[in-house]
Amino acid sequence: MKIVLRGGLVIGPTTSALTDIAIRDGVIVERGTSVDLTNAQVIDVSGCWVGPGLVDLHTHLREPGREDAEDVASGARAGAMGGYTALTAMPNTEPALDSVALVSFVLAQGAKTPLDVAVAGAITVGRRGELLAPMAEMAALGVRIFTDDGTGVQNPLVMRRALEYAKPLGVRLAQHCEDEALAAGGVMNEGALSAALGLVGRPALAEELMVLRDIELVRLTGGRMHFLHLSTGRSIALVAAAKAEGLDVTCEVMPHHFIFTEERCGHYDAQFKVHPPLRGELDRDALRVALHTSAIDAVATDHAPHAPQLKELPFDEAPAGMLGLEHAASLTYEALGEDPSPQQFFELLSRGPARVGQLREHDRRVGLSAHGGDLSVGSDANVVVFDPAARWIASKENLASRATNTPYDARAMLGKVRVTIAKGRLVVNEGVLQ
Amino acid sequence: MSIRGSNLLTLGGLSREALLEILDTAESFVEVNQRTVKKVPALKGRVVASLFFEESTRTRLSFETAAKRLGADVVSLAVASSSVKKGESLRDTIATIDALGLDAVVLRHRSSGAAEQVSRYVPHVRVINAGDGMHQHPTQGLLDAFTVRQVLAARRGLSGSETGSSLFEGLRVLIVGDIRHSRVARSDIAAYATLGAQVRVAAPGTLLPSDISNWPVEVVDNFDEALEWADVVGLLRLQQERGTGAFVPSLEEFTFTYGLTQERAARLRPETLITHPGPMNRGVEVDSAVADLPSALISQQVSNGVPIRMAVLYLTVAAPKENS
Amino acid sequence: MNSEEARQDRERGLAFVVKSQLLSVEDVSRALTRMAHEIIERNLSVEKLIIVGLQRGGVAIAERLAKQLAHIAGVPVRFETLDVSFYRDDIGSNPLKTSSRTTLSGNLAGSTVVLVDDVLFTGRTIRAALQALSDWGRPDAVQLAVLVDRGHRELPIRPDFVGKNLPTSLSESVRASLEGVWLGVKPQ
Repeated sequence: MKIVLRGGLVIGPTTSALTDIAIRDGVIVERGTSVDLTNAQVIDVSGCWVGPGLVDLHTHLREPGREDAEDVASGARAGAMGGYTALTAMPNTEPALDSVALVSFVLAQGAKTPLDVAVAGAITVGRRGELLAPMAEMAALGVRIFTDDGTGVQNPLVMRRALEYAKPLGVRLAQHCEDEALAAGGVMNEGALSAALGLVGRPALAEELMVLRDIELVRLTGGRMHFLHLSTGRSIALVAAAKAEGLDVTCEVMPHHFIFTEERCGHYDAQFKVHPPLRGELDRDALRVALHTSAIDAVATDHAPHAPQLKELPFDEAPAGMLGLEHAASLTYEALGEDPSPQQFFELLSRGPARVGQLREHDRRVGLSAHGGDLSVGSDANVVVFDPAARWIASKENLASRATNTPYDARAMLGKVRVTIAKGRLVVNEGVLQ
Repeated sequence: MSIRGSNLLTLGGLSREALLEILDTAESFVEVNQRTVKKVPALKGRVVASLFFEESTRTRLSFETAAKRLGADVVSLAVASSSVKKGESLRDTIATIDALGLDAVVLRHRSSGAAEQVSRYVPHVRVINAGDGMHQHPTQGLLDAFTVRQVLAARRGLSGSETGSSLFEGLRVLIVGDIRHSRVARSDIAAYATLGAQVRVAAPGTLLPSDISNWPVEVVDNFDEALEWADVVGLLRLQQERGTGAFVPSLEEFTFTYGLTQERAARLRPETLITHPGPMNRGVEVDSAVADLPSALISQQVSNGVPIRMAVLYLTVAAPKENS
Repeated sequence: MNSEEARQDRERGLAFVVKSQLLSVEDVSRALTRMAHEIIERNLSVEKLIIVGLQRGGVAIAERLAKQLAHIAGVPVRFETLDVSFYRDDIGSNPLKTSSRTTLSGNLAGSTVVLVDDVLFTGRTIRAALQALSDWGRPDAVQLAVLVDRGHRELPIRPDFVGKNLPTSLSESVRASLEGVWLGVKPQ
């Protein structure tokens, strides 16, 4: 079946064009203003942006171990609703994705979904930060990102060894930047508010020190590093400076860090508990400004489903993390401000993360298609239609995710994903899963 | 705003008038507590649950006595020692006891914010915070201010309510010790500052919160000089169970630097009052002989616990909910 | 309009729209003197009397009565105050009143208590006062003196000593003090 997206503004890497796009057999077969509509499902997308399917570098799919919160299939549905065609399953599952068997399992679960599910492997065995996991074996399966996310690799010697070992494998390490000793026991941003609330703080410095340490380790080893969920202006500045020096470092930011401030924790609502924590206004604004620069490679979600009863624990006992997949596009659009550039929008949500995750080429080993492309004829049909004029209210009642721990319930949203086409298949149409 | 018909979760944000209303009401209950029949029927037929996730026999008895003297039925759940342990959803726990038909819950919990969270789950029940983690212990703050006013007013031959907040105007209050981990400090500071006192805090750098820029206090550099300055010295319990061990090198060193030793107590002016929320670590934050000085109000604080808690229960539970 | 509202209006100092003055300051003084004589006629042993003013309107009147009694009898007469806020049967259905001073103490056994209030209306305040009194033991007798009885009783309570019987409608309100007695309408 042929699908034609009609009348949309097709967003290339540098230019946009009002043109129709025809998709068949998983690839873009035709572009232009007079494509053949014979036997085609025609979707009118006038007024919308047509861009490469979104790519998430940071998705907690909870399988194996916490399927009560999410599994690969439900996470993929949430991703599709959010406009994603590729997800990166993080390895902090139970058990951790630190072996060929576990990585293969998640890849196989991903292959059953309409999306592409890439897997991030653990850097160390059991994510314990001690012994290196078999990164070469996992890389042979197609793993390109390794991380102990959830916590960072605390021991600098272990991180040095990991960078040295990973370098010839052509993969990238991704670090959860928080010095656990400095952040010990912390449940929200450290500052005047945490002091008044009687909550233990996680200082910004815990993140920044780790960013600084790992930049120096990258300098020492010549390795590759991706910095996960940076939340402070200073972290971004450190990465920008390292990039300017030519170090191979990349970074991502999360919608919740550029949408919310720590004030949200003021009534002990654990939906707003996340690591790194929501920061102050200055940091939030610094992140928003940086979205317009090359300092930030990607907006990622840190989509972190939790069973509802866990978020009803006291604030200090509740797990950290919040859902993100279904709202990231709208929130990024909002944060880009007045008259946002569609190029920057897709750079942050698709092309940038595809570069970082090495998802731009079709990969036969894992059967992953190419993402973050230019939507030229012949390229894999991973396409999203985003309506920048749509206005809607987010609700925890109608999420595709199995979990409901969204902090955006009842929030007014700007812009909406209308259509998601993953590997040539219409997965979401008019905002409804097909 | 008044606490009438509302929850009492924190003293932060309560107006001076609201605090005085509680103190003045408590004064009536002091009189009730001096009667042969120490009981009034103000909360007859109401059900007050005391829910202590963290054991504190003294505070629990004080609240339960207060509720009973108001004629309420008391449901006591010493959950600290029962099956409710870390990991049970607050919503589940509260839903179970809410089925008993509650008017009020007196809640003590090791986690900051637990009382506020519970108040969201049972909006029809008045929630009274009996201490949540490091956040607030409102009735302790109230009874400290009440006791200080009572003693200062008596020196002038007046009752506390006759003096309103006038005796707090410019009153110099020094709060000493583990400010960082202390819910009592947070409640005391809110009460004293709102009532018009000047509040200073003295503590080792590690036992101050990381950022108190928005607190109505000054940090004292020289503890010994501050003792001469103070009209009231509020001592705090060194909360060893909250892991202060990592914050000061040793108890001896804490005593050496911030303990109210006999030598330091000699610097106090004779009229300066000493408070302590108890239970005291005698020989750590306060010398045993100092704790027994007539200017130390520890036993008055304990006996004022019941009337203050009666006032809080009376105002929050007896009044119809004031809808905004 | 009910007694509770009227009482609260007084406490809050709300505007009281005067229709007419019914007793002047002199009239009140004469009425209290007469009541004092009636109390002594009824109670031969004055030393057993305890004059209890109900907070807040009854206190000043009770104090005056106690002085009159002492003057007439030539012996000191015990005067106390009682606040019945915690005994009211309308707690929870009306805005809360904070309590004021109660000086009553000791055991009332063997005494004769004269409760004193400014205006007797529904009788609910007196019911609360009777309940409160029982917490101080068992007096030999309890009597009731009011400056004004305006009718509209909701309980089987009647005064022993009345300054002025004043038929009123429910839309009216009454203000009574040592300075005089006024009839008014409740402000809308």
